[in-house]
Amino acid sequence: MDGNQNVTSTQGMPTVTNNRSDTGAPLLEVRDLKTHFFLDEGTVRAVDGVSFTIRRGRTLGIVGESGCGKSVTAQSILRIVPRPGRIVSGEIIYHRRRASQNGHGDEVLIDLTRLDPMGREIRDIRGNEISYIFQEPMASLSPVHTIGHQIVETIMLHQRVGREQARQRAIEVLDHVGMVKPSETIDRYAHQLSGGQRQRAVIALALSCQPSLLIADEPTTALDVTTEAQILELMRDLQQEYGMAIQFITHNLGVIAEMADDVVVMYLGRQVEQAPVDDLFFNPRHPYTRALLRSIPKLGRKSRERLESIRGMVPDPFSVPQGCAFHTRCPMYRPGVCDDPEWLEVGPNHWVRCNRAMEPVS
Amino acid sequence: MLQYILRRLLIAIPTIVAISILSFVLIQLPPGSFLDDYAAQLAQQGEEISGQQLEALKQAYGLDEPVYVQYYKWVKGIVTRGDFGLSLEWNVPVSQLIWERMGWTLALAISTLLCTWLLAIPIGVYSATHQYSKLDYLFTSLGFIGLGIPGFMLALVLMWFALSHFGIDVGGLFSQQYQNAPWSAGKVLDLLRHAWIPILVGGSEGTAGLIRIMRANLLDELHKPYVISARARGLSERTLVWEYPVRVALNPFVSGVGFALPDLVSGGVILSVVLSLPTAGPLLLNALTAKDMYLAGALVLLVGILTIFGTLISDILLAWLDPRIRFSAR
Amino acid sequence: MNENIAKATVSTVPPTPAPLAPEDLPSSEARILVASPRQLMWWRFRRHRIAVVGTIVVILFYLVAIFCEFIAPANPDTIDGAHKYVPPQQISFIDANGNFTFRPGVYGLSPHRDPVTLRLSYTSDPKQWYPIYFFSTGPDYKLWGLIPSNVHLIGLGPNSDQPFFLLGSDRLGRDMLSRIVYAARISLSIGLVGVTLSLILGIILGGISGLYGGTADIIIQRVIEFLRSMPTIPLWLALAAALPPQWSPLYVYFGITCILSLIGWTRLAREVRGRFIALREEDFVLAARLCGSSQMRIIWRHMVPSFLSHIIAVITLAIPGMILSETALSFLGLGLRPPVISWGVLLQDAQNVQTVAIYPWLLLPGVAVVIVILAFNFMGDGLRDAADPYGR
Repeated sequence: MDGNQNVTSTQGMPTVTNNRSDTGAPLLEVRDLKTHFFLDEGTVRAVDGVSFTIRRGRTLGIVGESGCGKSVTAQSILRIVPRPGRIVSGEIIYHRRRASQNGHGDEVLIDLTRLDPMGREIRDIRGNEISYIFQEPMASLSPVHTIGHQIVETIMLHQRVGREQARQRAIEVLDHVGMVKPSETIDRYAHQLSGGQRQRAVIALALSCQPSLLIADEPTTALDVTTEAQILELMRDLQQEYGMAIQFITHNLGVIAEMADDVVVMYLGRQVEQAPVDDLFFNPRHPYTRALLRSIPKLGRKSRERLESIRGMVPDPFSVPQGCAFHTRCPMYRPGVCDDPEWLEVGPNHWVRCNRAMEPVS
Repeated sequence: MLQYILRRLLIAIPTIVAISILSFVLIQLPPGSFLDDYAAQLAQQGEEISGQQLEALKQAYGLDEPVYVQYYKWVKGIVTRGDFGLSLEWNVPVSQLIWERMGWTLALAISTLLCTWLLAIPIGVYSATHQYSKLDYLFTSLGFIGLGIPGFMLALVLMWFALSHFGIDVGGLFSQQYQNAPWSAGKVLDLLRHAWIPILVGGSEGTAGLIRIMRANLLDELHKPYVISARARGLSERTLVWEYPVRVALNPFVSGVGFALPDLVSGGVILSVVLSLPTAGPLLLNALTAKDMYLAGALVLLVGILTIFGTLISDILLAWLDPRIRFSAR
Repeated sequence: MNENIAKATVSTVPPTPAPLAPEDLPSSEARILVASPRQLMWWRFRRHRIAVVGTIVVILFYLVAIFCEFIAPANPDTIDGAHKYVPPQQISFIDANGNFTFRPGVYGLSPHRDPVTLRLSYTSDPKQWYPIYFFSTGPDYKLWGLIPSNVHLIGLGPNSDQPFFLLGSDRLGRDMLSRIVYAARISLSIGLVGVTLSLILGIILGGISGLYGGTADIIIQRVIEFLRSMPTIPLWLALAAALPPQWSPLYVYFGITCILSLIGWTRLAREVRGRFIALREEDFVLAARLCGSSQMRIIWRHMVPSFLSHIIAVITLAIPGMILSETALSFLGLGLRPPVISWGVLLQDAQNVQTVAIYPWLLLPGVAVVIVILAFNFMGDGLRDAADPYGR
């Protein structure tokens, strides 16, 4: 498969998705996204003003504790936020490329927040130009359909091909993800496969139409360490080959270090820091990021030393603290200074939401 | 798959044998043989029956032989000649009486089952996907009422209503004029006009129950990751709901349905008595009270066999629908 | 871990700007409220308003059943040849002189004979008005067959010789209200007794099957499968018809309950067996065994409490089934026989549609059945939802 140009059809029109020379060009821009959940008990501001850019061919990592809103952000992109959640404001600008004569597509900008969540346009994008893989591979495959059925269905839905051809493509993509004996596995059910095979099947399903963006929501959290390493390597290889962008969501900083090119750190629905991966690990500026990094147990530590944890607990989502969301647990909190944290640039592409970020580390 | 079916069939056979024994035992239970009643009846009418005649009758019906011999003769007759014995009350071979009745029983039961499914599945799916909507509340309330009111009560109330307000008698499957007439378009129309009551009433409990089960099962499945995953692949709502969670939700549904056919057949007994339907129920009741043992035994046996086949079909359907069961080593 | 305690935590952690200190743990400043699982169940149940209504109705019905002699205004067997098929009497707050009073009363009856059909019918006569008294004196009775009294919950007091048919009368002039009330005792108790028998059989056999497995399990499973695949109603009919006609009503009563529960225990046994099998593998059972608990203690102290509430819910839903079955059997003439009356026996008079069309109040015992069944269903649903710790 040549990595320069891949053509997939949506409604008969070929779409150039991945051109190597465009690596780094913006693919998806999220601007000040706010997604709230309206419950009887109150409103949960799951995503409260998040902005980032995903670039073609690169991996953006989203890091944070459970409940910080990283999954909801990704769901908002594909408009699959479950009720009673709703995008309240913000934009999600998708740069879609359509093929033209010279093979170098024209770009169309679509604001995904304006699309009808059950409408034709967003459905054309889902599974076709933007794919999503979930945490639990067993749960995200249908228990009563073969994996082949699900892949073939997706291919036939988005591309103008017959069943036989779709099945061929399905076998090809299964082969690509490293599935053993793909022409047999295609007719297996999810419960007949091992954990690693299932995750490969899920990845095959997501890549069957060669999307330009893959959103991976904790894809290796449920796997054991060896399988995790294999899957991560597979994802890196596939990214090279298909030239696609990846949005990698996880709470595991080690995985982020391996996979991401740029990182966004989230806390309670807001971004607190954003940086290229090396900068983040070697020069974290936000107290939360620093605390996260400090809390990772390190080899070679003396066993008598206490593990470092972040003081306090994540606040109840119905009563998020005013001003800086982290201030109740921040060792550097100073009333008056930290009441309205601003977005400060502390280095090239390195932004922090903290008024005391420029001060030397204590 | 074939193996599974064969295994199920093999298990079914001893069950059928057991039912036949049980049917026969049950029939022997009522104290007082038919002949004593018969003789008493004749005496009341002023006729007499001599001891010799009584003996002859006893021999003819095999009433003086030990129980297991009677049983053996009975089974042999059924299996080899399709002879279920003689109805002591009507004085005709049992087979003459039962086949038409069993036919109607089966026809009504199957029609009711189909109507139940046709109603319950879509309503259940709608209720689950539009939870808390006005229609959902309406269906849920109707469902509760359907479950609470027993079939024969509903039938009684409907019949009373029809009679007192419209002056029509809605019992039976045919009006007087079509009762013994040959089949014609008019007769079919008449049948449909009468049949909707037993089907509606007979199915009311089943439908209500199935709607609740379907709704509950589907609600469980709708929030599961594989459904969200299907949505994230671009499938339209209607397609993905019917293809994925409904398929999974149907499984426990199907195993419950297996008992629906036998339940309908046996529950229909009471209903058919109230509505005077030409099915097995009223005949069985009659036979039991009159201690007409061959007739009653035949009916219980046939209904029992029907039940077992119903269960068998449901097991097979379930295995066909759910590959997890097919592949598990059971 | 003792999973019998559920914690509902309410924590208040004030923001402290002080630097991190190891002793500064949140729990020392948090209030922890503890609610026992029974309390949690009760709270969850209370939120289900329909279930609460259902429970109240059920309790009311059983109170009526227990005190039926006191609540019924008359004797159920008193034949009044002069007042056959009387329609339910009108209650009015306007007395004979046209004045409004607070005490309700009934109008007297004036008979008409239809010239064409020669049928006797009754209409209300507003000129005769008899007030209804509470705790009035009426026909003698013995409460529970032991305590003689003649005080009734409602009655006509000094006018007790006048007709008082709040729900009409049947073909022998007997008061429908009294008959329905007395029948409640039989119908409702059969439900309880039958379910108790099923319960005993179900728990014992299901328990053995689930706990010990092996050959006992296989045998019991086959038996259950066999019973389940038999057509229930023909079985009932056959068994009921087999009861000797010369048995006394009491024996018939017990015979019927035995028959009903012999077929009903299978469902309960399967539930119990399923629960025991699932629980056998649970970690907390293993933990208890590792702590050195005896088998008996494990069963009673650990396993049973965790499915008890579920079983209660199942039982509550099984009772209306029993009541309905008895009603159906008696309606067909195969169940209880007069002089014992249950709602099913009362409904025998309603078998003929022509009769019912003219005298629709004969269907009222059926209404009682429907109300009780609905109430039990609501109550059982509420219990089941409340008992499930993972429900919403």
